This record gives sequence, structure tokens and C-alpha cells, in this order.
Amino acid sequence: MKFADTTVSNERYEENTQRLSKRHIWNKAFKGICFGAMAFSILMLIVLLIRILTQGIGFLSWDLIVNFASRNAEDAGMLAALAGTIWLMVVAAPLSFVLGVGTAVYMEEYAPVNRFTKLLQTNISNLAGVPSVVFGLLGLTIFNRLLGLGASVLAGGLTLSLLVLPIIVVASREAINAVPTDVKQASYAMGATKWQTIFRIVIPTSLPGILTGTILALSRAIGETAPILVIGALTYVASTPSDLFSNFTAMPVQIYDWTGRPQEEFQNIAAAGIIIILLMLFFMNSIAVFIRTKFQKRF
Amino acid sequence: MNTEEKAPLAYNVEQLNLWYADNHALQDISMEIPEKSVTAIIGPSGCGKSTFIKTLNRMTEMNPIVKTNGSIKYRENEIFAKDFSVEYLRTKVGMVFQNPNPFPKSIYENVIYGPKIHGIKDKKTLDEIVEKSLKKAAIWDETKDRLKENAFGLSGGQQQRLCIARCLAIEPDIILMDEPTSALDPISTLKIEELIQELKKDYTIVIVTHNMQQAARISDNTAFFLNGVIVEYDQTDKIFSSPAKKETEDYISGRFG
Amino acid sequence: MEDRSKLSISERIEQKTKGSGSSSFMEKLMPAVFLLCAIISILTTLGIVFTLLFETVTFFRGVPFADFFASTEWYPFFSEPQYGIWPLVNGTLLVAGIAMMVAIPFGLGAAIYLSEYASEKVRKTVKPVLEVLAGIPTIVYGFFALTFVTPILRAVIPGLDVFNALSPGIIIGVMIIPMIASLSEDAMSSVPNSIREGAFALGATRMEVTVKVVLPAALSGVIASFVLGISRAIGETMIVSVAGGASPGMGIDPTGAVQTMTAYIVQVVKGDAGFGTPIYYSIYAVGMTLFVFTLAMNLLAHYISRRFREDY
Repeated sequence: MKFADTTVSNERYEENTQRLSKRHIWNKAFKGICFGAMAFSILMLIVLLIRILTQGIGFLSWDLIVNFASRNAEDAGMLAALAGTIWLMVVAAPLSFVLGVGTAVYMEEYAPVNRFTKLLQTNISNLAGVPSVVFGLLGLTIFNRLLGLGASVLAGGLTLSLLVLPIIVVASREAINAVPTDVKQASYAMGATKWQTIFRIVIPTSLPGILTGTILALSRAIGETAPILVIGALTYVASTPSDLFSNFTAMPVQIYDWTGRPQEEFQNIAAAGIIIILLMLFFMNSIAVFIRTKFQKRF
Repeated sequence: MNTEEKAPLAYNVEQLNLWYADNHALQDISMEIPEKSVTAIIGPSGCGKSTFIKTLNRMTEMNPIVKTNGSIKYRENEIFAKDFSVEYLRTKVGMVFQNPNPFPKSIYENVIYGPKIHGIKDKKTLDEIVEKSLKKAAIWDETKDRLKENAFGLSGGQQQRLCIARCLAIEPDIILMDEPTSALDPISTLKIEELIQELKKDYTIVIVTHNMQQAARISDNTAFFLNGVIVEYDQTDKIFSSPAKKETEDYISGRFG
Repeated sequence: MEDRSKLSISERIEQKTKGSGSSSFMEKLMPAVFLLCAIISILTTLGIVFTLLFETVTFFRGVPFADFFASTEWYPFFSEPQYGIWPLVNGTLLVAGIAMMVAIPFGLGAAIYLSEYASEKVRKTVKPVLEVLAGIPTIVYGFFALTFVTPILRAVIPGLDVFNALSPGIIIGVMIIPMIASLSEDAMSSVPNSIREGAFALGATRMEVTVKVVLPAALSGVIASFVLGISRAIGETMIVSVAGGASPGMGIDPTGAVQTMTAYIVQVVKGDAGFGTPIYYSIYAVGMTLFVFTLAMNLLAHYISRRFREDY
């Protein structure tokens, strides 16, 4: 060991310390920037919510809910739109649920691993990436024109159920996949058939996950504007739908219509309408979260 | 095997071969399993003992890469025969798994699952079945006041006894147990062993175990598996006191496995 | 009935299982029902493709193929209509470009913070909040862009039109942040800790570990999230319909009004272009172009995350 060059290493040491502190400063700055990026997103959400609340809350009224649309902003309401949205959900919810869960059960429980399954999988993930307005074109051609349903609640509901199908399939597959093999084997070992095992064990066990996914999918459907505009939903309807073949409007379409008007009064009631639709979404999401926490996986 | 006082056979396995894809996991297995006795299957891990017990109720079929040939007769009936119903086989042959696997339902629902799927629906009969099965599985006293509670609230040992009760509810003829105590603490293990002693009066039990003391304690006959082959199959006393094969002796004296 | 009650449980079960079991009606029916459900998802895709194809072909019977791809003018409502797709493509890419300039830095920054710096507690709080952001209907974003963001931007940028590319571009970017954040975070979180620890042991700071080790390792997932984000921005409809205007053009000035492919479709269906007119068919030709764009992006994202997936 030589002790002669301690001075040199002291200098080195100092130089190193300086570099180190620089690197630490960089690290801190980087962390700050990343935090800022995250905070920006949250801030935007807060600004958006506050802006809409302050603009619309004064225009929330009972009239808004029980009146039909009108040329005068003071009288305008969204009864037809509310009813239309509910009708759309009545069509889309059971249909997309059955189709989504059925597809998921097929893929998880019945499908052998082969090219068809791979095709199904690719198909679902691509379908999830198709813009909603294109689903509208599908609905316009197939449901509105080809099947002759016109711009009806039924055509709208069918279109929306296909639109949210991938969401439900993905959520249901995940839930079904989480059912332990052990438990399924126990059922088979009792002499249960495949269908009995699926119906009595697999589906009940995965139901919380499936329902959560379905509710989230439907809350997506409620907010969709483009596809139902394309299939021909009206912006002005002075009646609630009487059956599946009635013309309709829906809440986001009504909000779109009000937003596009030049008068500021209409923009205010658009904000009030947005509050109502956000409350509906908040309510649905709360149910989803409730189901998720109440029936947390026990495995 | 002592053939002088031959009891009726629960199973007669002849020339059974099984492959996982190209892996020849069971080779020329032949074995007679007498009724109302406990037959233990021992061997190091990977020797095919679990695979073997799962062929007895055709659970190996769940895995699509498995291929089998040979013959297994359950009470004179060929279980691989085309017209032989696998559901029927599994109602006759219950199974208890390595890890307790109750259904995520109430204790009551767990027990009536089997009877219910097989068409027994009247409430009174089901109530009777629940009480009888839980009593037989020695878990009635612990559960009678909480039948409607979720089975996951039970301890591991209790869950395993519930699984046994669930099996008993459809009045099987044979119970297969695949290392039923390996996930349990010593006290729970003891309780299950006592239960097995009790159950063998009415049922034929085949148990896979990695625990040689357990095999020695509870079984009447023991088969020693190694690399997919039966090395030795005889009365348990004989296997543990004077094994005929060197490998058996090495294994039970703890030289490998 | 009398007979039955005398039978033991096992006999009753035996009667039931010997005959039926896997040969029963339900066992045969249900797989077919489930398969049918699965087939409907395939039929949906086929339906989209054929719908677009047929109507697009009809469109090209009236409008020359060459005009659609060669002309840079899109004036379908003129007495002598022009159907050159490029102005709509230009508008779409301009808006999507602005959106990505917002979404990529903020989304990636948020992902890095969540994956590398944030405590478990922060992560658990922030992720649901980001989900809320992603769950807000696009019409709400459109309203917000038009009535809040545009006026503010106009105060800052004097020449900004009421309808412009900038405001919807920014808001689409905000809308896509959660998607990029969540997908990139997944990719970075799946980089095993042992790799990070190796770098930490050499004395690297967290930033150095993130930039030099984690990001490169997670790059395919991160890039795939960007591509999916672009696809989403291209397909976004309501925000641009509300705040972007209806002036198809070849300019790249973000302060002026534009028209995207999606906004054009909405403009047509809102008006009353009669069934069978060239304008009616033009929405399918535009829809087809849009579909091809997004499909290509989705397949590309799929390819990137597959092809370059790191196996740890």
C-alpha cells in the first residue's frame, strides 16, 4: 500500500462528491417532473369537474328532468333523452351481458387451444380498438337499413351492445380465469358434468367480476354519442319511446345538441345535463366498486 | 400379496399405461385393490402416484395431453369402456384433494352440492344428508350452528373434513385421497387419520401420501411407486418390516425421496 | 313415488347418472350456445368490414377512385363536389399530433412516477382517479374544450379561431393520458426488481435506473401504449365535432378550424343527406379510411408488444 497519493484521491473524492450531488439534484428534478405530469392529469380532472359544476348547478331543476326539449332554454328539459337512454340500456344491458359472458365462457372453458381461439382473441382485441363512430356505420347499415329497424331504440341498443361487447368479454374472461382449478376439479370429481360445473360453480364464483365489468361497460355505453348519432338518433323528440321501435334521443345526444347552440343559456343547461349524466355514471361506478370490495376474491 | 383370504375387489387395474404427451408417466401398472380397506400409495415426488390415483376416477382426462391404455375395472366394470358413464363413476368414487378445496358457498351448500346436481331436491332429505355426512366426517359439532356461513371461514383442517363430508354426501363406494393432510398441521392430520380409520368400515379408501409414517399407521396395503412403475405392493406390515426389494428398503429407510 | 322413497340416496343418484351425464341435452346444447355467442363477435367484425366495403364500392361507382386519393380538395356539399380524402386525413393527423404532444409526456411522466417513485398508497389512490378521467364521456370533454379551454386559449393566443385544432387536440391528449399512463406503468412494473437492484448496487440514482435500465427494458410496452394512444386519438369523434370545426383543409396551422374524418361523418349524419346520394356513401368511404388507419395502428401496437416483448 502506498500512502503517497492520498491528496490525489482526496481531490478525486471531492470531485466525485460534487458529481454525486449533481446527480442527486437531477434525480430530484426528474422526480418532480414526473410528479408534475401525474398531478397535471388529476388537476385537469378537478378543473373539469369544478367548471361543469359551477356552470351547471344553478340550472339543475326539476323542469330539466320532466320537460321535453324546447326552443327556449328556460323550458328545455331532457325527459325524452333520459327515457331514451334508459330504453337503450334496457336493450343493451341483457344482450351484451349474455353475449359477453357466453363468449368468455366459450373461450375459457370450452375452446380448445387452436387457430379458431387465436382468431377469436385477436378479433376481440381489434374490435375493442374500432372507433365508436364506425360501430355507428355498422348499426346504420345493418340494423337501421338492412333489418329495417329504422332509427329506433332497438337499433341503438343493438349497436351499443356490440360496441361494449369486448369490454365485457375481457372482464368476464379475467373473472372466470380467476376461479381456481382446484374448485372446478372438486365439482367434476363429484360427478358433475361440464355444464353443471360451469353453471353452479364457475359462473357464481366469477359473477362479482363479471358484474363489475358489465357495469363499467354500460357506463361507457351511456356516454356514447357518436354511434347513436350515426344510426340516426334525433336531436329533437317531444315524446318518450313507447316501444322498441320508437324513435329516440339520448342524454349525450341532447347535450351535444345544446352544446352546439350559440346561445349561452343552452350551454348552461348542457352543463346541468352533464351533471346529471355524471351523477348517473358516478352511481353506476359506485355500485361496481361496492360489488368489487364486497365480494373480494377469497382465494 | 396375501391371497388366502381374498376380499372382493374394488378395483382391478391391469397393464395400465399413461403418457403426458411423450412422457411415459405410468408403465404397466397392475394392481388389485380390495374393498373396505385402506390402500396407501407411497413414493418420491414425480413417481406417478398422484397421476395413478387420478386415473381411478378418470380425472386425468381433464388434461388433454394425457393418453392412457390398459384396463381399470371398477367392480367388474371397465371404466374406460365407451358406454361407461364417467359421471356415474365419479359418484361412486369420491375424491379428496391435496389442498382443501371447498366451494365458495355456505357449509350447507357445500355438502348438498353432490346430491343436488344428481337430482335430489327435497329439503328434508337434503337436511338429513347434511347432518349425516357432517357427522360421519366428524365435523358436525363444530359446524351445526353455522351451516349457513361461508366455508372459507373454517380452518384448513375443518375445510378438509368438510370436503370429506361433501364426498360422503353422495354415498360413494370408494374414496380417493390425494395427499389429504400435506397442507395441514399435525393436530388436523391426526383428526383426519382417525377419521380414515373410522371410514374404512364402510368405504374403500385409496390414499396417496408422501408421509411413510402415515402410510404405516393407517393403511392395510401399501404400494411403492418409483419412476412410474410399481416396485412393490404388499401388506403394509410386510412392506415396512421386510420389504422384498432393495429400492423399497432404501426409500422407507429414508435413503432417498 | 313410493318406490323412490324406499331407495337409498346412492341408488337414487345411480339411477340418475347411469343414463344421462355428459350425453344429456344440456351438455350438447350449451357449448353450441356459447360458441354462437363467440361467433357473434366475429360476425361483428365481418359486419363492419363488409358494410364499409360494400358502401365504399358503391361510393366509388359515382366518384372516381383517383379523385379520392389524388385530389387535395374535399368539398362534398358544393354543386360540383370534390372528394379528395387528404384534407380530412390532414385534419385528423393534425389533431392527433397535438393530442400526442400532450398525452405522451404527461402520460409517460405519470407512469414513471407511479411505477418508480410512488408509494403503494399513492398508487392505489391515483390509479382509480385516472380511471375516472378515462371514464368521462367524450361529449363532456367536447363541451369542456369548446366552452372552457377555447376561451382561455383565445385570451392567450390572439389569432385563435372559435373552432380550432388546438383546443380539441389538447383535450383529446388529456383524455388519452390515463390510457398511456396505465399501459406504460404496466410495462414498467413488470420489469423485475432484480434488474433495478443490479443498477442500484452500482450506485445509480433512481432517475438513472429509470432512464437507463427500466425504460429500455419496458420500451416495447411503452411504445405500444403510444401507438394505441394515436389510434384512439384518430378515432375520437365528439371532441373534434364540438370544438374542431368543419373546415377541411391542407393547412397545418393549429389555430384555425379543421375537419377530421370522424367529424365529417357526424356532420353528414346530422344533416339530412338523403339515402343513396354520393354524400351518404361518402361517409362509408371516410369510415373505411378511418377504420384502416386505426386497424393498422392497433395491429402495429400488437406487433410491437409481441415482437419485442422482453422475457424475464
